[in-house]
Amino acid sequence: MTAQNEILDAIRRHHLQAVDLPTLDGGWITYDDPHKQFAKALEAVKGRCFRANDLADVNGQIEKLPEYADSQQICSVIPGVGRSNVDLNAIDDPHDLDNVDLAVVPGQLAVAENGAVWVTDAGLKHRAILFVSRQLVLVVPAGELVNNMHEAYERIADAAQSSFLPVSERRPGFGVFISGPSKTGDIEQIMVIGAHGPRSLTVFLVDSLK
Amino acid sequence: MGAVSVGSQFPQRIKLTSMTRIGLFIPCYIDQLYPHVAMATVEVLERCGVEVYFPTAQTCCGQPMANTGCTNETRPLAWKFFETFRDYDYVVCPSGSCVAMVRHHYDEYLDGTPGFIDLKEKTFELCEFLTDVLKVEGLGGRFPYRVGLHQSCHGLRELRLGRASELAGPSYSKARTLLELIGDLEITTLERADECCGFGGTFAMSEEAVSCLMGRDRIRDHLQAGTEVLTAVDMSCLMHLSGLIVRDKHPIRVMHVAEILAGRDPAIVSLPQEPMSNEKS
Amino acid sequence: MASLPVVNHARNAAEFIGDEKEVRRHDRALWFMRANRDIAVQSLPKWELLREKASQIKSHCMSRLADYLEQFQDNATELGVRVHWARDASEHNEIVYGILSERNVRKVVKSKSMLTEECHLNPYLEEHGIEVIDTDLGERIVQLRNEPPSHIVMPAVHLGREQIGATFHEHLGSEAGASDPNYLTDVACRHLRDKFLGAEAGITGVNFAIADTGGIVVCTNEGNADLGTSLPKIHVACMGIEKLIPRLRDLSVFQRLLARSTTGQPITVYSSHFHGPVPGGELHVVLVDNGRSRILGSNDFRRSLHCIRCSACLNTCPVFRRSGGYSYGSTISGPIGSTLSPSRDAGQFRTLPFACSLCGSCSDVCPVKIDLHSQLLVWRREIALRRLLPLSKRLAMKLASFVLRHTWLYETVGKVLRWSSRTLPRWLIYNRLNVWGRQRELPPIPAQSFRDLYKGSHDRPKRDS
Repeated sequence: MTAQNEILDAIRRHHLQAVDLPTLDGGWITYDDPHKQFAKALEAVKGRCFRANDLADVNGQIEKLPEYADSQQICSVIPGVGRSNVDLNAIDDPHDLDNVDLAVVPGQLAVAENGAVWVTDAGLKHRAILFVSRQLVLVVPAGELVNNMHEAYERIADAAQSSFLPVSERRPGFGVFISGPSKTGDIEQIMVIGAHGPRSLTVFLVDSLK
Repeated sequence: MGAVSVGSQFPQRIKLTSMTRIGLFIPCYIDQLYPHVAMATVEVLERCGVEVYFPTAQTCCGQPMANTGCTNETRPLAWKFFETFRDYDYVVCPSGSCVAMVRHHYDEYLDGTPGFIDLKEKTFELCEFLTDVLKVEGLGGRFPYRVGLHQSCHGLRELRLGRASELAGPSYSKARTLLELIGDLEITTLERADECCGFGGTFAMSEEAVSCLMGRDRIRDHLQAGTEVLTAVDMSCLMHLSGLIVRDKHPIRVMHVAEILAGRDPAIVSLPQEPMSNEKS
Repeated sequence: MASLPVVNHARNAAEFIGDEKEVRRHDRALWFMRANRDIAVQSLPKWELLREKASQIKSHCMSRLADYLEQFQDNATELGVRVHWARDASEHNEIVYGILSERNVRKVVKSKSMLTEECHLNPYLEEHGIEVIDTDLGERIVQLRNEPPSHIVMPAVHLGREQIGATFHEHLGSEAGASDPNYLTDVACRHLRDKFLGAEAGITGVNFAIADTGGIVVCTNEGNADLGTSLPKIHVACMGIEKLIPRLRDLSVFQRLLARSTTGQPITVYSSHFHGPVPGGELHVVLVDNGRSRILGSNDFRRSLHCIRCSACLNTCPVFRRSGGYSYGSTISGPIGSTLSPSRDAGQFRTLPFACSLCGSCSDVCPVKIDLHSQLLVWRREIALRRLLPLSKRLAMKLASFVLRHTWLYETVGKVLRWSSRTLPRWLIYNRLNVWGRQRELPPIPAQSFRDLYKGSHDRPKRDS
């Protein structure tokens, strides 16, 4: 018998009584000012949040970030935002991204309760760009801000039905909630910002994507 | 704080009739080692205007055996308890862990037995009996000391005599509610509100190093909080902490909650501050 | 098969406590985690409802585990994932090695996976010529020191910065005597960056596997799981079969509970959802039983499979904080380890359920409401039934029970013991056999018991014989 059959048999042999799946309703937390909450949550984990009217505004604000001035290798996948000199699409091997100082990437939605941004690899040739660059900038439509993780997963699950994972044609994909710069507390529980992933995270909530 | 004079009845919202029979359940080690705690319990209940009976057939709820996994040795004791107390209207006990044993751990011995569910529902720890059944509103008297309330674990987490600090929600404590009815009593603020003292039954012996370190840490917390009198609903915790306090010669007096509620003076309470001598007292 | 030596938790703990400074540091560090968790919990409305939902979701999932595993396999396979099944630890190791060796992989980076620790994957791969670098900083530290992790989330919590500095000086070339956490972290991350770049495959654990989409979720703060799986093209994800959850939507509950329970932060920095391999790459998921299907059959212990490895129970446990992970002698320690490990080998781990004062805090902090302290009590019963209790304990309990069954005997024995304690000299009472008396005074022994005081008394409380 294969391992699969043996394991499934071993499980089924118990004839466990069915237990109902609960609903996920709970009247979960909402905020009067979700944008303010998002910024507060992100700042609490050492990220930064800025508002912008449009992409040109984002571009203008990025120029003023101190880490931007220090960056030489900049990879932006949003046209018009950031003086990109690394073209992600022209690179075949993600290992070549090791020297990227700053990356600018779109995020799909933002979650107020925990300052997290949901980023997928849709349109992103190498997901490694999210983790390998020293600084990370995420640009998120301000209208895609939700209150809590329940609302977030509703959106993601819906998107999964249509584009992320269309039911008719299952397509592989990657998505990640990013909340703040990478960090570790493994040495005497002292929080050190900047571990393996980016050491800074800046999120722009943009009103218009034009 | 109502005008309650020493010895008079405590004001309460619920008055039991004189026909109501309270069975007094005194844990074995209190019976043998801390009789004054049992006396104080009787006095407190009488000042609540209730008829207290002490069935002498009782011995032990069986907790030490159950906690060692020896269920066969526990079974006859559970039955003995049941038979001793089944006919009372209420069973009241100055111990959270013993009451927890009856309400939460007797099922495997007595489940299905007629009268068992009733027994569970009418067995109470002393403080919860006062706050929940009698709804005592005043205790009068004065206790001008800084009191450290140790939250005994079984009472806290099994009987929910208070809100454990790890749970969400507003803080409450039945023992604290009662203590705050007493004049001039100040409850100290601890760094760790309800960490375990380390007694844990046979744990106190089989894991001696951890047990004593846990106890010493609690004592250190009370010392930094300025506790003068350490109290709890469980004499077992206090036995362990007192053992360390006396050995390490700390200036903290130890009293069971019943003694404070009964208005005992810590200056003349019988738990000594000197180690036991080899002379007869 | 030779049985392994019995773990003596009490003896190990006493040794740990011998270093007063270290045990204090260890206790404070973990209490800090518990305190931060409390702050997060108190500030999140409906926390207890979330726990209840999580508990119910896991119970439901376990009750239909086989169906969900099949659903997961179907959906994952459709996405191009290769799903493997392993009956036990050695099968798991063989499968992982097989995947790597077929692809001529010689260098692997691995992010934290307690499952791979349980299976002892690293030594197996290393014996077969594959370099495995643990990339979680805490794991790398203990790997360099050739020690196992002492805590499921903070593997190096038992070490101080000086010790870590010395280890890095020896192995990574950091400055001698340097112990600043920022500096040391920087040294380690530079060293590990090279390993990420040179790795040919990445091994990760799995925090959650989603049955209705075939996806897996990996949560980290460091980003090491992501670097390890976005640079190399081969990703091997190892998981216990209990890590499954029914639906993508259910993640909302667990994601809100997990990080808050661990450190008090609202979410880990990275929560990566893998639905299929990276383009041009491979994603393998190894489903491991290793005793889980057996635990599933136990009414008493089934709920221990709900564990999401948050470590809240370790951090709150007053015994764990003062004895350290190594005292348990098992891959997973603390309260959850003390119920899981005896399932594996009750003989070897017979003392673990007794390494507990039954305070119940663990059950209160568990985000999925596992009845941890109740399970430890049931284990004590199991251990007694299997005759694994020390003889002295068994006899003592038999004797005590006999005495307590007979009121007259109890009264007599009580009288005798009290009399001798009051009469015998101190040196005789506080002898070597008196374990209590080593660090504690016995209570003052009264001449009369409570029942003595009221015998015959007619006006205080009524006697009922």
